[in-house]
Amino acid sequence: MNQGVLQAKLWYAQRISAMVLGICVAVHLVIIFYAIQGGLSAQEILGRTQGNLLFAVFYEIFVLACFVHAPIGMVNILQETFPKSGVAKPIAWILALLILILGTTAVIGVFTGGQI
Amino acid sequence: MSNTNLKVKVWRGTQEGEFVEYLVPRTPNQTVLDVVTHIQRKMDPTLSYRFACRVGMCGSCAMTVNGVARWTCRTHVSKIVEGDSLEIAPLNNLPVIKDLATDMREFFNKWKGAVGFFKGDKTRHDDFTKVQPNSEERQLADAGIECIGCGVCYASCEVVQSRPNYLGPAALNRAWTLTNDVRDVQQLERMTAVAGDAGCHACHSQGSCTEACPKSIAPTASIAGLKKLVARAAIRGSRWGKL
Repeated sequence: MNQGVLQAKLWYAQRISAMVLGICVAVHLVIIFYAIQGGLSAQEILGRTQGNLLFAVFYEIFVLACFVHAPIGMVNILQETFPKSGVAKPIAWILALLILILGTTAVIGVFTGGQI
Repeated sequence: MSNTNLKVKVWRGTQEGEFVEYLVPRTPNQTVLDVVTHIQRKMDPTLSYRFACRVGMCGSCAMTVNGVARWTCRTHVSKIVEGDSLEIAPLNNLPVIKDLATDMREFFNKWKGAVGFFKGDKTRHDDFTKVQPNSEERQLADAGIECIGCGVCYASCEVVQSRPNYLGPAALNRAWTLTNDVRDVQQLERMTAVAGDAGCHACHSQGSCTEACPKSIAPTASIAGLKKLVARAAIRGSRWGKL
């Protein structure tokens, strides 16, 4: 594929994932405000999320949106800041995999309560 | 207006060089181009700079004045003078040939790179294409059509500075006016040329080009139009086909 066309697609993916993130962040903040009303404990969080498929699906969508959005932005920043270094793509890929793996692990963790 | 002399620092040299100070008498309604011309004609004939029309049509006299890129023929000294000092340098983001004259080749080559030229498929035997003045395409093209190619936007653009292969605001603005020209037949080639990080998608939308444009054009808006159009054409296709 033409490099420019690929970048145009990435730009599109970043914009769409930004829209998803906008909604996710808003919902996430509302949940935080609701959750801390009676203090904050691991017990309470797990009580809400453990076995709750809706929470798991919502947070996995959140993780996937971050996985798409952040590395594309990171690659642009790195390419413009260090144009000749060639570090942009490797670092962006590492970031992408970290977000995906750590994020999904966290989602599985709160869903199962750490019992697998 | 005071009657004191202006202290004018002018860049002398090529990429390497220094500012040289000249004392230039103030005159009523003096423009920055008047100041440069005074220095060249009365004080130092070796000073190199570029101008042609003196009335804001040709786009050849742009320079960096007190740190900001401007068209010098229509910039009054009184509007921008700091105390009694002026600092005049060549445009940023372009190689300096000598003193205030920059090498504009790359700037104009990028217009070609953005397929910033018209190509139709009608001959002299065909009837005129009728374009309604109030049609959406005509209105969008009108918004960017008055560009005089002075290079002020290009010199003001942070993305050009960090990505030397970026086509720049002027070339992309021209591409956008042609994208809205219903007679043009190179739409797919143009969209491919302006896609991605060397083209419209690298724009930060910071708006420095729009702020600096002496013709009050908004290249930022033109580039935003291209971004949407081209990204959609890459994903879903466009009325001219898919990229």
